Amino acid sequence: MTIIDKTADVPASRGSTDGGGPLLDVRDLHVEFKTRDGVVKAVNGVNYSVSAGETLAVLGESGSGKSVTAQAIMGILDMPPGRIPQGEILFRGQDMLTMGYEERRKIRGQKIAMIFQDALSSLNPVLSVGYQLGEMFRVHQGLSKKDAKAKAVELMDRVRIPAAKERVDDYPHQFSGGMRQRIMIAMALALEPDLIIADEPTTALDVTVQAQVMDLLAELQREYNMGLILITHDLGVVADVADKIAVMYAGRIVETAPVHELYKRPAHPYTRGLLDSIPRLDQKGQELYAIKGLPPNLLKIPSGCAFNPRCPKAQDVCRTDVPALLSVTERDGGELPGRRSACHFWKEQIHG
Amino acid sequence: MPEALEATVKDGTPVAPDAQVKAADAAKAEKPRSLWSDAWHDLRRNPLFVVSAILIVFLLTMSAFPGLFTSADPRHADLAKHYLQKPNWGNLFAEDWFGYDVQGRSIYARVIYGARASIAVGVLVTLLVTVIGTVTGMLAGYFGGWIDTLLSRVTDIFFGIPFILGAMVVLTSFEQRHVWVVILALAFLGWTQIARVARGSVITIKQADYVMAAKALGASTSRILLRHILPNAIAPVIVVATIALGGYISAEATLSFLGIGLEAPTVSWGVDISSGQEQLRNAAYVLIIPSIMVSITVLAFIMLGDAVRNALDPKLR
Amino acid sequence: MGRYVARRLLQMIPVFIGSTLLVFLMMYALPGDPVRALAGEQAVDQAQIAQMKKDLGLDLPIWQQYWNYLTGLFQGDFGTQIATQRPVAEVIGDAFPITVRLALFAFAFTAIVGIAMGVLAGLKADTFRDRGLLVVTLLLISVPSFVLGFLAQYFFAHQLGWVEPNVSALAESHELILPAVVLGSLSLAYVARLTRTSVAENLRSDYMRTAVAKGLPRRRIVGVHLMRNSMIPVVTFLGTDIGTLMGGAVVTEGIFNVQGVGYAVFGALKSREGSTVVGIVTLIVVVYLVASLLVDLLYAVLDPRIRYA
Repeated sequence: MTIIDKTADVPASRGSTDGGGPLLDVRDLHVEFKTRDGVVKAVNGVNYSVSAGETLAVLGESGSGKSVTAQAIMGILDMPPGRIPQGEILFRGQDMLTMGYEERRKIRGQKIAMIFQDALSSLNPVLSVGYQLGEMFRVHQGLSKKDAKAKAVELMDRVRIPAAKERVDDYPHQFSGGMRQRIMIAMALALEPDLIIADEPTTALDVTVQAQVMDLLAELQREYNMGLILITHDLGVVADVADKIAVMYAGRIVETAPVHELYKRPAHPYTRGLLDSIPRLDQKGQELYAIKGLPPNLLKIPSGCAFNPRCPKAQDVCRTDVPALLSVTERDGGELPGRRSACHFWKEQIHG
Repeated sequence: MPEALEATVKDGTPVAPDAQVKAADAAKAEKPRSLWSDAWHDLRRNPLFVVSAILIVFLLTMSAFPGLFTSADPRHADLAKHYLQKPNWGNLFAEDWFGYDVQGRSIYARVIYGARASIAVGVLVTLLVTVIGTVTGMLAGYFGGWIDTLLSRVTDIFFGIPFILGAMVVLTSFEQRHVWVVILALAFLGWTQIARVARGSVITIKQADYVMAAKALGASTSRILLRHILPNAIAPVIVVATIALGGYISAEATLSFLGIGLEAPTVSWGVDISSGQEQLRNAAYVLIIPSIMVSITVLAFIMLGDAVRNALDPKLR
Repeated sequence: MGRYVARRLLQMIPVFIGSTLLVFLMMYALPGDPVRALAGEQAVDQAQIAQMKKDLGLDLPIWQQYWNYLTGLFQGDFGTQIATQRPVAEVIGDAFPITVRLALFAFAFTAIVGIAMGVLAGLKADTFRDRGLLVVTLLLISVPSFVLGFLAQYFFAHQLGWVEPNVSALAESHELILPAVVLGSLSLAYVARLTRTSVAENLRSDYMRTAVAKGLPRRRIVGVHLMRNSMIPVVTFLGTDIGTLMGGAVVTEGIFNVQGVGYAVFGALKSREGSTVVGIVTLIVVVYLVASLLVDLLYAVLDPRIRYA
């Protein structure tokens, strides 16, 4: 069923030209925030790319910079205090960071849409969902109020909200959490964008509803052949839907891999730690693994590899040299497409 | 998994209240302290607070020891020194610094001595309304039911009557209007705002876990109200009261200006503004100088209230 | 909704009766006597005074007086002024429209300028513009309105000669502009600050981020998404403010010599004309009660999360 091009290099193979390159290409992105206590370096040189029909899962703890990267792509960072000192965000080859406000605005919603974590607070509480959905058509396509409402009903049907016609005039608080998230999805889908960024779309939901919402999202993505960036801290969520994974730590990508490869053979101790901390049925009775220590303080990121204070395998070199995100190969030097790791000891990690 | 769950529940039942009590004690011991010490930390570095605090200390000193600031007698009238004898602006802190009023009294001395009446009215009315309002609001909020209905309706009745208009009605009934009459009249009409704030605050707090825990432990109602609810509900009351204090000073001046507040021989800014209005055309300063004093005093208390609110509730900033 | 309105109207009855009783008691139970006030300094025959009091029903127990007043009120009879023999309804009928006009002007000024100032500051919180607004509002709150009135009178009438210092008996609309600005300035400060806080807070909300992410034009983000939410507390404040403005008009009317309700109350207080004072205060209380009911209903319209049962 899911025949997706998994040969695309991860991240950003700038040369791969089939179909004119990736949809979105983030290059060496840096984001920092000025605060009272100093400059918080939230994103420190992130590279990733997404092609049409492809799902990239961005994985990391809170504060790893995964959401900030997404907000930078969307252009919804609060600036100031936020600042992008360096980097490019290419959408279909054009750098969005150098675009004017209007040009950028026309991409938002129409070409790139976003789904937020907390649908209750992300939907306007005093406007009906029909109005908020229809607004997309009225603003971007100039539809009349009436036509926009009809489109809104259609959209609500698409995301399988029962009795859409009757509920189109209801307000966000009148829906259940799962239904609200469907409305968020419908809003993102409204103009059939090329790329959807979903920022922890299921974190606020009950487990049973999580699966339904994720399935719906994956199904719609396939149908419209959209690119999808799925931001999550939950490894369980990504396994079924993602094509490739980028693991972030302290504002950097520490490992990228096609999804199943990553589960099978992580090439970074942090990824290993994340995988080990998933509760599993076959490990009943054992104590659950937890990565020791706390996420790094972004005001003063540790020197060398940012993960070194928490890494069980840290050596002296880890405390002094920042490891580059390099290609990972088989023991015999054979290529592992799409696999990169930013660990000095990736060989030991992946090959045991 | 189900067994484990059950176990914790079984284990947990007798333990839970205890744990809650500990949590409640901790909350009781630490929460107010950290709230207030945090607030104090914020306040000290807030220029708004520093300026207003200095001003208020200055005004309080002035009202307590007016003799420190002037040797002139505010009631000594010398018609020879008519108000048309212009102020001697360069003669700082002297009797004729601000000139003389229509009866030939030193405006500077009157401004200094006038502080006492204004500050006394402001502070005492605020104390009274805080006590009346907090008690009413706490009872209504905590007990609910018919007590709440009754007290809330009474509050509504007083709240609906315009403040200045109501005070006018009360005060005209008195032949002699010295400071206490004005204080009682303002307090009589002014307590409703604090009652409403206290009621709302208590209703929120009575659902807090530490209050539930204290109840579950069988603490007496008065203990719950005084030890658990009052300290936690008082912050918004203090903020409203501080800002209202400025309002009462302003109200006193307004009533005196209308001729229904304080009256001579009481020395007060409002009285002087009232008597200064006839000279507005010729000698505006007779009216403007006490007006500035009233405004500065009100400003000081409102700034203090603002600063305290910001410190206690950073969200409102 | 209908049931809620009915319940609120029912609740208004005890509050209405309570406030009239309170004002009535303040007026009649406290010392002071309209008949004596009528006589002034002259020596009057005690028997004559007693007879007059009996005629006016002032010798009855206070509760009975109140009952008589209240039953009269429900028949539309506000009583008669003792000194002038004019029906109180007529006195109120002359004065009330002037004060209502003054209060409405002040209200419009407060709402339009206050909201505009608050939005401008709130959109750029913690900037120079915002701090400037804070200073202005602090000054407006601290300077008592009668001082502001005098200053306005001094500058605009005496110094610049733009307006007459006193408003004529006709109280034409253009004459009421300056008094209305003075009357509204305190509320203006509160409205501006409330709007500013509300706008600044909503600006940080998640749904504003969503609105940007939807690619909406700036005008729409601010005009529709931000304003609909930010105006909710402001509307509430403005509603209760109408009553406050009418009460506060007493002071402003005194300065500019506007012959409205304040003027009438003032005269009535001096001559201890209880029925006039109680009548006027009662009407202002009713205005306040009706305004707060309307605000609560409007609240439900503006904020769909509020449902009254």
